Amino acid sequence: MKVLRGTFGSTGRGFFTFVVHLLRILKLSGQALFWIFIAPFKGRHIRWRLTFVQMVRIGVNSVPIVGIIAFFVGLIIAMQAAYQLARFGATIYVADLVGVSITRELGPLITAIILAGRSGSAIAAEIGTMKVSEEIDALQTMALNPIGFLIVPRTLAMIIVVPCLTVLADFLGISGGFVLAVFNLKLPFIAYFNQTATAILMKDFFTGLVKSFFFAIIIAQIGAYQGFSVQGGAEGVGKATTASVVSSIFLIIVADLLFTMLFFSTV
Amino acid sequence: MPDPIIRIHNLHTRYGRREVLKGVNLDIYPFETLAILGRSGCGKSTLLRHLIGLQKPTEGEIYLKGMNMATASEEERNLILKRIGMLFQSSALFNSMSVSDNVSLPLVEHTPLEPSTIRIMARMKLDLVGLAGFEDFMPSQLSGGMKKRAALARALAMDPEVLFFDEPSAGLDPIVAVGIDHLILKLKKAFKITIVVVTHELASVFVIADRIALLHDGEVIFIGTKEQMKRSEDARVKQFLERRPDEEEIDRDQYLNTLVS
Repeated sequence: MKVLRGTFGSTGRGFFTFVVHLLRILKLSGQALFWIFIAPFKGRHIRWRLTFVQMVRIGVNSVPIVGIIAFFVGLIIAMQAAYQLARFGATIYVADLVGVSITRELGPLITAIILAGRSGSAIAAEIGTMKVSEEIDALQTMALNPIGFLIVPRTLAMIIVVPCLTVLADFLGISGGFVLAVFNLKLPFIAYFNQTATAILMKDFFTGLVKSFFFAIIIAQIGAYQGFSVQGGAEGVGKATTASVVSSIFLIIVADLLFTMLFFSTV
Repeated sequence: MPDPIIRIHNLHTRYGRREVLKGVNLDIYPFETLAILGRSGCGKSTLLRHLIGLQKPTEGEIYLKGMNMATASEEERNLILKRIGMLFQSSALFNSMSVSDNVSLPLVEHTPLEPSTIRIMARMKLDLVGLAGFEDFMPSQLSGGMKKRAALARALAMDPEVLFFDEPSAGLDPIVAVGIDHLILKLKKAFKITIVVVTHELASVFVIADRIALLHDGEVIFIGTKEQMKRSEDARVKQFLERRPDEEEIDRDQYLNTLVS
């Protein structure tokens, strides 16, 4: 009986803490999105200078790593596809497989996961450190809203930058397929190009971008939330940083599943 | 007596079941320097957090310049907050900004002034606290005492009517701490300003304060001038002044019981 109660008790508690966290994250996201999309029409300005600084940090500095990984993944998928398709003598369809899976799925997902590890954690660590050193309190006593001052520039930068990086990842992932097709499978360049062009529909490309927009919000909000909930000193910041990466990757995958289900059933 | 600039009425705060403030009543008058003294854990930091609007009371009211901080809307509260300055215990300078940007931030955000004017004003405030020439330093390059001074310059940026200090001499060597005390005295003379200092440093309190409030276990048990404090017959006030440790009464049976239970 005691064991039973313990098991159910801890499961229930775990579930309720999860729900409480989720509600708080939704509240924070609501506030951040209010500040981005509604407050500017009520006479409050967005701090564009801070946003540009964040865009450089989150976006420009991530270009090399996102590009290289997307290229490699394109190459890997092309190899795996060729391995299967070669048996049917249909290696030209590598173009379809790479093109569609990169634009619909892997481009947005890889970009989001890299940014969750690279920039989401940085947001959590930065805001967590500011919390520990009373800087967030200082902002509030100066009548500056921490959401408007810290979260909005980061969220906005993320929303702008993640879709851009996704386009880059799409392009370089497909290029990875090209390289394998042309140099290893000896397919003519123009045939592969035409095959890719007919395979990818605008719809594929845009569903990927829609996903990346929501991934961007998830990364920024989880980073910010974990940063704000830091308690204690350096140890708390470390925990929040780890938690931000784990939970944003988890939520990205969940969101991905939901969107894919939606696009799968309606299209 | 003029009307109080800050009025705390029957302030209660609970963290869960633990009651930290148990009905604090305190009036702070314009242009005085009030020190809130108390032992660690007596609720003085909590009281200060209420005064600057970082925490909402469980019960009771706080009026800053006649505005109830607990019920004020965000806009109303921000109007009041622009008229106060706060020096945090850990200085709380923004580590990603230079000293000059730290001091300028409230001016940049809340005033329509030209950047060149703001630069000059920031330099004036830094000069006031003895940090002229350190404009381009980052907070990490400053010593603890210099950080406090820079944070004070930032707190003064908007020419506040009320200035709050949280443990101004915490973590500083005695000489630097005395320097901060003298800076506070200088501000008192130079500006018409109300100063509220939360501390447990007796020496510094006797130098800077006009009136002293002693907070004990969530209640104000004494308020008055330093002479009145020295004459006080209250055992708790005396204990604080004479720096006597708590007398530990150990009941053998009870002690054994707590160990085995």
